[in-house]
Amino acid sequence: MITRGHKILFAVLLLACVAMAVALIRLRERAQDRLQAQAAEEPAAMTESAGSPPRIVTLYVPNDLDGSLTAVERSIPLPAGENAQARVLLESLIEAFAAPGTTHPISVASGINDVYFLPVPQGRGETKGQIAVVDLSGALAAAQPSGIEPETLTLLSMLATLHANLPSITQVHFLVDGQPRETLAGHADLTRTYLAAETNPQPSPVPGGTP
Amino acid sequence: MRWIDAGALAVVAAGVMAGGWAQTSGPPAMPVPPPPVQVQPRFVVALDAAHGGSDTGARFGQDILEKDITLALSVHLRSLLHARGIEVVTTRESDIDVPLLNRAETANHAQAAACLVLHATPTGSGIHLFTSSLNPAPSARLLPWDTAQAPYITQSLKLESEIDTALAHSEIPVTLGRASVQPMDHLTCPEVAVEMAPLVGGHVSHPRDITDAAYQKQVVESLAAALEQWRSDWKQP
Ligand SMILES: [Zn+2]
Repeated sequence: MITRGHKILFAVLLLACVAMAVALIRLRERAQDRLQAQAAEEPAAMTESAGSPPRIVTLYVPNDLDGSLTAVERSIPLPAGENAQARVLLESLIEAFAAPGTTHPISVASGINDVYFLPVPQGRGETKGQIAVVDLSGALAAAQPSGIEPETLTLLSMLATLHANLPSITQVHFLVDGQPRETLAGHADLTRTYLAAETNPQPSPVPGGTP
Repeated sequence: MRWIDAGALAVVAAGVMAGGWAQTSGPPAMPVPPPPVQVQPRFVVALDAAHGGSDTGARFGQDILEKDITLALSVHLRSLLHARGIEVVTTRESDIDVPLLNRAETANHAQAAACLVLHATPTGSGIHLFTSSLNPAPSARLLPWDTAQAPYITQSLKLESEIDTALAHSEIPVTLGRASVQPMDHLTCPEVAVEMAPLVGGHVSHPRDITDAAYQKQVVESLAAALEQWRSDWKQP
């Protein structure tokens, strides 16, 4: 027997279903709009980069011999849009890894697939700003020398370079070929999100000689 | 979320050690105060030879693998510490896969006074010492698994300094840093990752390969000396 209570419950459930369906459709439409806007922005950013005037940027290049990062100024044309700028900055940094006389030997044609941004979820103790999700190429991970120091320096140099040139980035998360991965090359943890202002190591005094 | 009960093992250990007078049966006619018992904390060193089995770690040329170098360092260091009367637990004694979880549990169960995680890398020069990149946190009975190392960071930095001094004494170049490398964040002991690199660069008078027996011996002897010094300086938290 269908009671009055059952009827009310049925009506409430039906209403909830309709409301959820409407909400899902709205969310899907918004996500689609965002993707389209991003797709429209990216080719524009790339063409703008070619004609845009060069800007002085600071790259933090690792020195594996003393575990330090060296600030190097470069003049490079930066495209419009922070996503594209972050990608150009990191590609320039990776080029510097392979410069003659390097102590951080990584040579790769293209190290960054993409960089995209997420707002930092606001909660207790969270910094404001944006999370940069850096999608490293599998080729970079394969060319990365395995070890705590070389892997940590690769990540720290990227954090420092992004932090210095794009201060709105407060946190960074790394993927490899679009997928989460446990480590960069067997050591440095990629499961966590890093603070962009994470330690800039200083060279420690070298015993028994001059560095 | 996974938690570690940092207090439980200590309570059990103290109970067993104090058992001589704690296990009296029936109330005595005249209450006799128990003699003061000095519970001497055990000084145990945990050695983790990183990698092993299918996880080869870094490669040095064609056929030298990091997993073999770390195991050789661990075995050598264990014997030097035994000779100094220091108790040692190791996470592996052969070329086997050991999950990170088991490595942390071995070290934590031993309630080690020092944990050394041994690595080797083909780049850089000398010895790289790393402590966990976690921020120091106050001690608690229940420690979250992901940040279990946080209350030990201050002690870990002291241990790192002790090792740095011993290596400097042997004129081995050292670089210090903080890193996110597992299982370091899960260890409930003063811990340092010791990463051995070849001796290269302008400041090195005698370049040495990582497989150089004399270089390895010098490193292991410096580590043993540092741990012996740590035995005098270490205070159980
Ligand atoms: Zn390793």
